[in-house]
Amino acid sequence: MVNRPEIIVEARNLAYHYPGEEATSFPALSGINVAVYRGEYLALIGPNGSGKTTLLKLFNALLVPSDGEVRVEGVSTIDEVEIPRIRRICGMIFQNPDNQLVATTVEEDIAFGLENLALPSAEIRQRVGEVARMLNLEHLLQQPPHLLSGGEKQRVAIAGVLAMQPGCILMDEPTAMLDTASRRDVNDMVRMLRQNHNIAVVHVTHFPEEAAFAERVIVLNQGRLVRQGPPKAVLTDLSLLHSLGLQSTAASELAALLREDGFELPSQLLHNRELVDSLCSLELKS
Amino acid sequence: MSRSITLGQYLPGESLIHRLNPRMKILALLLFLILLFSLKTYGGLTALFFIALGMIAVAKVPFRYFLRGLKPILYIVVFALIIYLFFTKGGVVLLRIGFITVESEGVREGIFVIARLFTLILFSLLVTLTTTPLSLTYGMSYFLKPLRYFGLPTEEVAMIMAIALRFIPTLMEESQRLMRAQVARGADFETGSIFRKAKSLVPLIVPLFVSAFRRADELALAMEARGYRLGARRTRMYEDLIAPRDWAVLSFILVLFSAALAFGL
Ligand SMILES: Nc1ncnc2c1ncn2[C@@H]1O[C@H](COP(=O)(O)OP(=O)(O)OP(=O)(O)O)[C@@H](O)[C@H]1O
Ligand SMILES: [Mg+2]
Repeated sequence: MVNRPEIIVEARNLAYHYPGEEATSFPALSGINVAVYRGEYLALIGPNGSGKTTLLKLFNALLVPSDGEVRVEGVSTIDEVEIPRIRRICGMIFQNPDNQLVATTVEEDIAFGLENLALPSAEIRQRVGEVARMLNLEHLLQQPPHLLSGGEKQRVAIAGVLAMQPGCILMDEPTAMLDTASRRDVNDMVRMLRQNHNIAVVHVTHFPEEAAFAERVIVLNQGRLVRQGPPKAVLTDLSLLHSLGLQSTAASELAALLREDGFELPSQLLHNRELVDSLCSLELKS
Repeated sequence: MSRSITLGQYLPGESLIHRLNPRMKILALLLFLILLFSLKTYGGLTALFFIALGMIAVAKVPFRYFLRGLKPILYIVVFALIIYLFFTKGGVVLLRIGFITVESEGVREGIFVIARLFTLILFSLLVTLTTTPLSLTYGMSYFLKPLRYFGLPTEEVAMIMAIALRFIPTLMEESQRLMRAQVARGADFETGSIFRKAKSLVPLIVPLFVSAFRRADELALAMEARGYRLGARRTRMYEDLIAPRDWAVLSFILVLFSAALAFGL
C-alpha cells in the first residue's frame, strides 16, 4: 500500500447514452475503465463527438451513468446526498470563459462556489483572498467580468474552483477560445497547480502541444477508450492518431516525415526542442 | 467602448451614505417619503429639502447628477403647476383673464407640490446613485422575503436579477458586434421609417436570442458544476450586517418624525 498513488476519480465499466439517443449507432460512452490519481496531469484527446465532455460531466456528477459507475474519492456519483461533496472535490472549467462567470465582480465570482457550500462569510473572504494572491488576480478583484480578457476570465474560473480546495480539476478545452498568450498563461497555471498543490488535472484538449505536457494521455473514439499511456507512447503513435483524424505535435509530425526521407531520428520526439537537438546531433555525426 | 456601458446610475464612492446597509437605505427612503407626504407646512418641507441637500453633500455626489435626474420630470412639473394655478381656488385673486383666475391658494399649493416632488426625487436619486444595482437587488429581496410564505422563491428571484445584471453588458457588447457585422454587410439601422428600422433589427434579434439561450444553458451547467442547487442554503461573502451607523440613520429619521409631529409641521 505504501507509495501506491491514491485514486481520486474512478470509472468502472462506465457507459452513458443521452436520453432519446438510444437508437443511434453508438452510445456517447461505453465500457470505460479509467482512474485519475492524486496530483496527476491527465490529458484527454479524441475527435469531435468522441465523448470527452460527456466523461467530464459524469466525473462531476452533472450526469449519472447509464451503466457502471463513477466513484469520486470512493463515493458513487449515483448517491444524491453526496453530490455537493463530489462537486467540491471535482471542480469543472468550461470552454467558453464568458458563460461560466456568474457574479458581477471577480471576487464575488470566486466566492460563488464557497457560498454554495454555505461556509461562514469570514472564511469565504479569507479563501478568496488567498486564491487571488496565488493566481495573481488581486488587482482584478473588484472588476466586473465583462471587462476581463478571455485569459483572465479563465483564470478567474480556475480561481473559483481552486477556492473550493478540490482534489481534481476537470477542464473542458479551457484554452480553445483564447489567444496564444492567454493560452500560455492558463497552461502555466495548470502546471503550477499540480506541482505546488498536488491537484489532479484532467485536461480535454485539441492541442497536441498541451497534451504533450501531461503525464498520461487518454484517447477516446466513438465513446470508447482506445488508447492510454504516457504522451511519449501515445502521441508518437501517428497511425492511430491519423486514423482518428487527430494530429500529434508539430515536432512529432515533422520527425515522422524526416524519418520517411531517411533521417535517423528517434521515434519518441514530441517537443520542438527535442527535435532540434536530435537534428543537431545528426549533423554533428555526419 | 465596452467600458462606457454602465448600469443604473451608481457612482462609486466611500462616503458614509455609500457604506450604509442597502436594506437600511431602502427603509430610510421609504420613511423619508412617508414623512415628505405627511408634511403640511412650508417650514417642514424646507427643512427636509435642506436635509436632503446636506446628505448629498455627505455623499459627495456632484450636484449635476441630480440635475440630470430631475430633467425627465420637468413636463410633469409644468403640467402639475398649470393644474394647480388654474384649478385651485382660494385666497386673493392674483390674475384675471376673462373668466379664468389665478388665485393665491393655487400658487401656494402648486409650488408646495412641486417642491415636494423635487425633494422626493433628490432622496430617491441619493439612494440609486450611492448603491450598486446588485446591492439594491439584494436589499429589495430582503423586504420581499415574507412573500416566500406564499410560494414566491425570493432568493432565486434575487439570483436571477443578479445574473441579469451580470449579463446585460455582455449581451450589449454582443448586439453591438452583430450590428457592426450587419452594417459591414450593408445593413442600415439609421434611416427610414420606424417600421423599416424595426425590420432591419430582425436579423439582429434572432442571433441574439439564439446566443442568449445558449449562454443560459451553459451558465446553468456551470452553476450546477460549482455546487449551486435550487433551494439549498447559501451564505454570502459579505454578510449583510446592520452597523451602528445604520441605527444612527434610523434614529435620526425617527427624531425627524417626532419633530414633525411635535411642531405640527
Ligand atoms: N445534450 C446532448 N443530447 C444528446 N446527445 C448529445 C448531447 N451532448 C452530446 N451528445 C452526443 O454525445 C456524443 C459525445 O459528445 P461529447 O460532447 O461528449 O463529445 P466531445 O468529445 O466533447 O466532442 P467535442 O470535441 O466536439 O467537444 C456525441 O455523439 C454527441 O452528439
Ligand atoms: Mg466537448
